Amino acid sequence: MLDLVIFYFFAALAVVSAVLVVTRRNVVHSAIFLATALLATAGIFLSLRAEFLFIVQIILYTGGILVLYVFVIMLVNLDVALHQVQFNRRWYVALLLTVLLGAQAFAAILVSRQSLYTLPPAPAQALEPNTELVAWGLFHTYVLPFEIASVLLLVAMIGGVVMAKKRI
Amino acid sequence: MVPIGHYLFLSLALFSIGIVGVVTRRNVIIILMSIELILNAVNINLVAFSRLVGSVEGQIFAIFIITDAAAEAAVGLGIIIAFFRNRETVLADEMDILKW
Repeated sequence: MLDLVIFYFFAALAVVSAVLVVTRRNVVHSAIFLATALLATAGIFLSLRAEFLFIVQIILYTGGILVLYVFVIMLVNLDVALHQVQFNRRWYVALLLTVLLGAQAFAAILVSRQSLYTLPPAPAQALEPNTELVAWGLFHTYVLPFEIASVLLLVAMIGGVVMAKKRI
Repeated sequence: MVPIGHYLFLSLALFSIGIVGVVTRRNVIIILMSIELILNAVNINLVAFSRLVGSVEGQIFAIFIITDAAAEAAVGLGIIIAFFRNRETVLADEMDILKW
């Protein structure tokens, strides 16, 4: 019961702030609501017993990526963009198609959610020393993807520096 | 544990909102933010199934997705800065140098 209340609280917070991210005129407001949506997602991770991912979500998403966004919003002068039309001309076609796609996926989940996974959910102790299990998986089973991810981050770092340089 | 359908519906809602943001907004920064929302929705699915199955691998993949999101944000925002310096705009439908 408490699980359900916590889930609905964070889910409602995430969905409402996601809608506000998409609809706000001012980009700074969008960034703040994006922070709220990401923190609500972090709460859902915690209720799913993913403690390490909860911390990673807060430090990396809300602390790292969002600060990057705010920096770019400050670097890019948006006073002009504030008074322009915010949605493109064929937004209703796009909205209709997205609603169709969403309804399709909704129906698919509605039909198949009972037969999706028939075994009872695993006990919470299965993920118990969470950080230890994640570290074991990352540095043992998935060590090659881990190294590739580090190379990807290096490439992104150099790419970001080159892109933002004065003269390319 | 909350039934898995709840998490799937939440994830679908966030994903659809992100798609709407990507296809309807003109501001490139908000398009990138909507992409973050989409990646977040995927993460919710992965972690929910990881809890359901009792295996930590879904969480490991979620960590890889967060890494990708960080790389994408860094490069994408760098491109936005470079473009703004050249064309003085952040609107997606005015980025038409390759079109003639």
